[in-house]
Amino acid sequence: MTTLVLPLAGAGEEVNPLLPHTAEIIFGFVFLILLAIAFAKVVVPKFEKAYADRTAAIEGGMNEAKQAQAEAKAALEKYNAQLAEARSEAAKIREDAREQGAQIIAQMREQANAEAERIVTHARTQIDAERSQAVAALRSEVGTMATTLAGRIVGESLEDEARQRRTVERFLADLEASESARAAVGTDG
Amino acid sequence: MIAGVPTEFTPPGPGSFETPPIIHGVEWFTKPVLVAALSVVVIIWFFWGASRKAAVVPSKLQFAGELGYNFVRNSIARDAIGSKDYMKYVPYLTGLFFFILLNNVAATIPLIQFPTFSHIGWAYVAAIMSWVIYNAVGIKKKGLFGYFKHQTMPAGVPAWLMPLMIPIEFISNIIVRPVSLSLRLFANMFAGHILLLVFVLGGEYMVFESGSIALGGVGILTFLMGIAIAGLELFVQCIQAYIFVVLTAQYIGSAIADEH
Repeated sequence: MTTLVLPLAGAGEEVNPLLPHTAEIIFGFVFLILLAIAFAKVVVPKFEKAYADRTAAIEGGMNEAKQAQAEAKAALEKYNAQLAEARSEAAKIREDAREQGAQIIAQMREQANAEAERIVTHARTQIDAERSQAVAALRSEVGTMATTLAGRIVGESLEDEARQRRTVERFLADLEASESARAAVGTDG
Repeated sequence: MIAGVPTEFTPPGPGSFETPPIIHGVEWFTKPVLVAALSVVVIIWFFWGASRKAAVVPSKLQFAGELGYNFVRNSIARDAIGSKDYMKYVPYLTGLFFFILLNNVAATIPLIQFPTFSHIGWAYVAAIMSWVIYNAVGIKKKGLFGYFKHQTMPAGVPAWLMPLMIPIEFISNIIVRPVSLSLRLFANMFAGHILLLVFVLGGEYMVFESGSIALGGVGILTFLMGIAIAGLELFVQCIQAYIFVVLTAQYIGSAIADEH
């Protein structure tokens, strides 16, 4: 390259185009290295930062959307859970009410039974009392009648059977008569 | 050069690329140096402006900057080097891509109209930088011996072929790559510009200086062709910037690739 001389030939003169000019070699290196440094130090970092920011912005937006989706899902789950809880509570309340109702009915039934029992007992006692009263009344009457009958029997001769029988028959007829008379009196009175 | 007076036509040649110094006496300050310096200023200004307030929601300028940056970062660096290691090389590859792109497209921008890389020095520099980087990262990762083994002894080749393979692979992977990188870029820019010069200067000569009506008509056609070729050149200029950077990324990728 030392043979290259810078005074440049005019048009038409013989020039070897494959031989470089020293000045241009130097400037070539200077310019290319300058450009490479300018790109390496300023342009590429700035652009790459913008690209990275862009990627981050897009990813951030996507993350945000994902988060919102997750939140919505959580809220939905919460509401569903609350709904299920409310449902089960309602079912429980219904069940309780039914149980309580059954209990009340059973209690009432028991009470009614007791009342019926009490009424029956009362009636029975009354009947017993009335009966014993009746028995006592009857007994005194029968005694009187027996005494009367015995008087009659003793008063009359008890020689023959026919007489005896007549006496009894008479007694019974009287008895019946008195009975019917009493009944007539009872119905009248 | 008065119209109608026939003069000798001087065809454009390698000498057409030798522009005089912009400031008389300051011989290093030539047009390609100026264009390259301008391109560096524009690139840094644009990307600094676009990335200065880089935010999650991009401004229009940031969006435009990201578009260019992402193109190199994702479609070139990540695809060729792999998503594990590519970030380390993105600054160089992005700077390289936009440096080549702007200096190539400068050939189409009115008033500048000079492809920096038609001066081969610039192409050599870019190729040497790429060469140094891909070899350096390869050696750093695998060690000197391991790296040369990796580059010259492809897996799956039988041992008896190795004496043949090693020199071929060494030449193609270590020696030819920077040469082809720089020559491809230089030659495309150089030839494209010469082609354009031929059409435009030729057309101009035929219209204004040949003094012939018929040649004048042809000259107009030639001029129109020149415009079409300028369109094609714009395409080539972009493609060449892309190819240079894709290949650089691929060389880096293959230098640090794990053995299959």
